[in-house]
Amino acid sequence: MALAHDVSDDTIFHLEDDHGLAEGGSSTMLGFWIYLMSDCLIFAMLFAVYGVLGGNYAAGPAPKDLFDLPLVALNTTMLLLSSITYGFAMLEMAKGRVGSMQAWLVVTGLFGLAFLGIELYEFAHLIHEGATPQRSGFLSSLFTLVGTHGLHVTFGLVWLVVLMVQVSRHGLIAANQRRLMCLSMFWHFLDVIWIGVFTFVYLMGMLR
Amino acid sequence: MFDNPTLLKAIFGRLTLESLPLHEPIVVATFVVVALGGITLVGALSYFRLWSYLWREWFTSVDHKRIGVMYMVLGIVMLLRGFSDAIMMRLQQAMAFGGSEGYLNSHHYDQIFTAHGVIMIFFVAMPLVTGLMNFVVPLQIGARDVSFPFLNNFSFWMTAGGAVIVMMSLFVGEFARTGWLAYPPLSSIGYSPDVGVDYYIWALQVAGVGTLLSGVNLVCTIVKMRAPGMTMMRMPIFTWTALCTNVLIVAAFPVLTAVLALLSLDRYVGTNFFTNDFGGNPMMYVNLIWIWGHPEVYILILPAFGIFSEVTSTFCGKRLFGYTSMVYATIVITILSYLVWLHHFFTMGSGASVNSFFGITTMIISIPTGAKIFNWLFTMYRGRIRFELPMMWTVAFMLTFVVGGMTGVLLAVPPADFVLHNSLFLVAHFHNVIIGGVLFGLFAGISYWFPKAFGFRLDPFWGKMSFWFWIVGFWFAFMPLYILGLMGVTRRLRVFDDPSLQIWFIIAAFGAFLILLGILSFLIQIFVSVRRREDLRDDTGDPWDGRTLEWATASPPPAYNFAFTPVIHDGDAWADMKKRGYQRPLTGFRDIHMPRNTGAGVILAGLSVVLAVALIWYIWWLAIVSFVALIGYAIAHTFNYDRDFHIASSDVTRVEDERTRLLTANGQVG
Repeated sequence: MALAHDVSDDTIFHLEDDHGLAEGGSSTMLGFWIYLMSDCLIFAMLFAVYGVLGGNYAAGPAPKDLFDLPLVALNTTMLLLSSITYGFAMLEMAKGRVGSMQAWLVVTGLFGLAFLGIELYEFAHLIHEGATPQRSGFLSSLFTLVGTHGLHVTFGLVWLVVLMVQVSRHGLIAANQRRLMCLSMFWHFLDVIWIGVFTFVYLMGMLR
Repeated sequence: MFDNPTLLKAIFGRLTLESLPLHEPIVVATFVVVALGGITLVGALSYFRLWSYLWREWFTSVDHKRIGVMYMVLGIVMLLRGFSDAIMMRLQQAMAFGGSEGYLNSHHYDQIFTAHGVIMIFFVAMPLVTGLMNFVVPLQIGARDVSFPFLNNFSFWMTAGGAVIVMMSLFVGEFARTGWLAYPPLSSIGYSPDVGVDYYIWALQVAGVGTLLSGVNLVCTIVKMRAPGMTMMRMPIFTWTALCTNVLIVAAFPVLTAVLALLSLDRYVGTNFFTNDFGGNPMMYVNLIWIWGHPEVYILILPAFGIFSEVTSTFCGKRLFGYTSMVYATIVITILSYLVWLHHFFTMGSGASVNSFFGITTMIISIPTGAKIFNWLFTMYRGRIRFELPMMWTVAFMLTFVVGGMTGVLLAVPPADFVLHNSLFLVAHFHNVIIGGVLFGLFAGISYWFPKAFGFRLDPFWGKMSFWFWIVGFWFAFMPLYILGLMGVTRRLRVFDDPSLQIWFIIAAFGAFLILLGILSFLIQIFVSVRRREDLRDDTGDPWDGRTLEWATASPPPAYNFAFTPVIHDGDAWADMKKRGYQRPLTGFRDIHMPRNTGAGVILAGLSVVLAVALIWYIWWLAIVSFVALIGYAIAHTFNYDRDFHIASSDVTRVEDERTRLLTANGQVG
């Protein structure tokens, strides 16, 4: 195509053949990435809110009274492992091996479930101790930040199951590969957010 | 059975017969009028058997042009509602002197000023701006559609769903009485226990999903789908401003979503984010909502700047003066708009250093904005100016907006703001920039691109009537408010003691009446233009001797926009093509790959509205049912892989031959 050439009589003003909307793949990746960044802003805001309210205990319990670091470390391990296994699933996808990819997705889902289970156990424990979200600004922002992350993981698990059904029905067609890539970005994104939660909420909370 | 309050509560939540505002004669009369109008409309659509046409060709359409038009219709309908609120307030304030209470009680009046602000920003300005971007941007960059056509349809219906929720609050229950940003603690459950604030929250949450997704969609479209040869610095300025606006949307709306979610947690769950006790912090809400709110005003004004740039360049018959500086001015405004939010509450008490920082950043914004004004003036300088309607709006904008900009710089000085804060001076300032900037821009854009959308021009006589009523009405309505503000009159007051102020309010009400005539003239203009469409028809597709790609195709453009993807060699691509003797291809058409229409957007948005209403009225069973249905339907929709089809080359040939015939009949080949 003579795009950059100077003006001449044989200048091309249109493409004889074009692919139109057929190649939606790279657009979807960019679009999903932009969506993730907007989601990231929601978390940024919740972190900021935690930064402002995190010290307002209102004569109630403080992080040191509540957090059980070994449990949270175990929880973190579950989520990090699930990210690794999702990576393995994507490697299998690249090789076109449906069976082993599905197997790794099952493992990922189980680690995700374990993460959620431990988180729910922690929440139940906090509420049982009287440290409810209504108790203080600190607890409101703690439950909201950690809970929003947990809701995202829940949503990711539902998505994972739906995708596994779709892959088993249609195989690794382009649309399904694209969707698996999007979920992959989503899953790793949640991992990154959790590292922020673990560091700023739990580890620094113990230092406060 | 119906005497059992527990059962009724389980079924209807807090919705009772008393929720209907039957004791408010004004609301009842409005309801009767709206109901009669609605019945007439539904009856007419049924009589003429238009429902299935509307459903097939419009509601389920994924065509960016049709979605753009639907956004415009939504915005214009909501303008009527928002303006009714405005003129009611003007009338009340002109009357309520010397012991008179006016005709609105405080309960109703407070809802009106809240609804006016919410509707005008979220459901008038936003749909109109989004609608124009949706319609114009893909055409300007030579694309067939946006990146995610289904998402586009869904976004529109979510926006419309938010509008439905706001409108519902007029007749079932009440709207918020908190002012348009619903500051806590006033908006907390303690001080606003009724459904008003919940209507506010859920209307904005539903519409916000639509806005955010359409932002993602348009950013992606502009980045990924430009025609070959269209580098970033060859993009039309409107596309540039659309890009910056949508980047702002993606970076600002999540903050609104999150802050409203926290407010609803405070209201529904009893958390302590914005409470006065238990470690909450109400000023955090004010900070957070303005971190969204200030970029929001640039989300609205940047596309208007883009429209003025296109109009000025077209109607002066020359390239825009200082294209590059225009682009950089737009980018600088985009960035700076995130660094000024605190100027909305200098009186918070954050100290001299913080206030100085935000005062200075605010003043700096006037530099790129001023550069833009000079670019337009220099484009006009030695241009062959044609004073068609869009150009008239542009000139009126420059004269009006500069005044609004200067009062803005005045308000940016913290000590001055301490005096003028929360006064009618502020009200006059932001109406001056929003009406004089955004609205004038939208009217310029509507009259500029209307022939592209429908194939005939708007009637110029009624357009000029609308123009003059608006301009004169605007100055009459808002200059008195500057004066009143300087005299210390605060905003949102319902009754006044000092009789010497009344004359200014009467002048302002007169201005509002002129604006009413302006709006009526605009509606008459559309009506008359449709009646006279054969006289006003334009077969060339290029009625203004345009310069950008949207004028290269037919009016209205075919579903596929361009039979062949254009190749771009210069900025102002269409002017360049015309100059080089471009010949329209007459043969060799191929199949065109296009997305398929779907009703999923309507259904998902409808379920979201049901969910929102259930949450507003505490109808928990319905909330659960609609939430499950929403998720279930969304998942089911992902199982539909059959989302596209091909327009056969024979159909393309037929459409293009028809255009050739029209062009030949007009003596213009190619």
